[in-house]
Amino acid sequence: MNPFIEIITQPDNIAIVIMIIMVTFFMVWAFLQALQNDKLLAAGLPVEGENDKFVDTFKPLVRIELIIAIVVMVGLTIWSIAVDAPLEEIANPTITPNPAKAPWYFLGLQELLVYFDPWLAGVVLPSLIVVGLLAIPYIDINPKGNGYYTFAERKYAILIFSFGFFVLWLLLIVIGVFFRGPGWLWYWPWQEWDHARVVFEPTKDLTTVIGIDSRSLPGFIIGALVVGSYLIGGMMAPYYYWKKNSPELLAKLGIIRYVTIVFLFITMMSIPIKMVLRLVFLIKYIWITPWFNV
Amino acid sequence: MKSLPQITDKVKKNLIWKSIFRRDYRNTVRDRAQAVFGNVFLHLHPVQVRESAVKLRFTWGMGGITFFAFILLVITGVVLMFYYHPTIDQAYNDIKDLEFQVPFGVILRNLHRWGAHFMVIVVMIHMFRVFMTGSYKTPRQFNWGIGVFLLVFTFLLSFTGYLTPWDQLGFWAITVGTNMGAATPLLGYQGPFSEYLHITPYNDIRFALLGGAQVGGNALLRSYIWHCVALPLISIILMFVHFWRVRKDGGISKPQK
Ligand code: HEM
Repeated sequence: MNPFIEIITQPDNIAIVIMIIMVTFFMVWAFLQALQNDKLLAAGLPVEGENDKFVDTFKPLVRIELIIAIVVMVGLTIWSIAVDAPLEEIANPTITPNPAKAPWYFLGLQELLVYFDPWLAGVVLPSLIVVGLLAIPYIDINPKGNGYYTFAERKYAILIFSFGFFVLWLLLIVIGVFFRGPGWLWYWPWQEWDHARVVFEPTKDLTTVIGIDSRSLPGFIIGALVVGSYLIGGMMAPYYYWKKNSPELLAKLGIIRYVTIVFLFITMMSIPIKMVLRLVFLIKYIWITPWFNV
Repeated sequence: MKSLPQITDKVKKNLIWKSIFRRDYRNTVRDRAQAVFGNVFLHLHPVQVRESAVKLRFTWGMGGITFFAFILLVITGVVLMFYYHPTIDQAYNDIKDLEFQVPFGVILRNLHRWGAHFMVIVVMIHMFRVFMTGSYKTPRQFNWGIGVFLLVFTFLLSFTGYLTPWDQLGFWAITVGTNMGAATPLLGYQGPFSEYLHITPYNDIRFALLGGAQVGGNALLRSYIWHCVALPLISIILMFVHFWRVRKDGGISKPQK
């Protein structure tokens, strides 16, 4: 069989295909409604749902709930009749499959292991995702766009969230499912997996590029300076930018909100930055310390 | 011969019928309201809702679909438990039995497996919808937080279920997943700074998760109990707080400008 068809029709991967279809559909629908409302807002007209009347729960709402329940049940039943859940060989600690993949919704995190050490990719970053999600309502102080689809009124919030959700979470999952083969090497879906393939990619550390041993004291100091200035510079830059361009915003945010927003943002942006460093410049670590590497 | 209306009339006057339904339903305002608050399940809803809450366009019904998937998983999960022993010797064979011996065992297992994938997908889409409509803004900040925990618990429910068939897929997925725990700063034996706390593979966070230094019988039992008892209980409690708050925060969010 064509390897591409083979990989997308593997029983567990069908879920990912369904996810891609559903997510794309709802993404388009959300943004279409947002643009539609933006036109109404620009014209000073009420948005969708603003002049809602009340209707009885029984039966309009109960009816639609019942219909949805039936549709979902029929859909899942068809899926369950058509596709059988796989059962592999009995668990065997002595035979390690290659690649050994985490459950699909964690593959984005597993993909991060290419760019970060496990304590960052598997523990710190996931914790910060949860913290960041919890913080959203408290750090987004824009009162507009409450209870209706809109893009124009909350551009930055939507762009940042969408980048995290669609690119860093969902796209990395799709890559992990469809594009990673033995040795976690990149395989196009139409390529055969080759278990003997080794890719010799001599990765360097940042300081070795400029000829300084990353494990020496000067290397340590330079690395610390680079990481430190990313963090400190990243924390300060928006302050000066906003102070010049929109001081009212800065005043409204206050110090705690400011620190939280900017810290979460630069942490999030460190992911694409390290991806580029690793993939384009073959740089593995920026800073090597006796305790951990970044 | 009696006509149909006569028969229904008779049934409705029957003592048993009356004890169950208490009163007749005529299509009046009062009875439509009564239908909702007289029923413990429908009572989750207010008596009247705004039009948008009924239209698919706004919520896509995603929260409701997530809940429906959860109920389906509880039902199929309970039935699966009748056929399953959480031990290394029996677990794998029990799944094989479901495939080859138990009537409708295959479709039962399929429904549970695909339902679980489905729930993970729709809960993420629900979160996306809530974000896009700005429904986490005042006064719904807290309920968004409850939602984030529900998202995490949905992942954990699925994750703990992975190990239960005791096949290579689950075994190695759990091995990969829990190895992350070993990298926890301070608390995992491979994590930074853990040597200062004298952390070893035998007393770190991974050991606590697995009930051992490797994925084995204890890990299977632990994941089974998390999967079938502890996590569903916590999730159900969170869901009830979630639904309660949807109502107390004024129902599905409406445009506030
Ligand atoms: C097991 C998981 C979950 C279940 C069963 C669930 C269920 C529901 C239901 C039935 C509603 C009513 C409106 C609708 O259907 O959209 C709702 C609303 C809401 N959900 Fe969830 N939810 C879950 C997870 C989440 C998550 C992950 C978030 C966000 C991080 C979230 C945040 C909210 C908020 C803020 C509302 C109010 C929305 C509004 O008023 O427009 N929920 N949820």
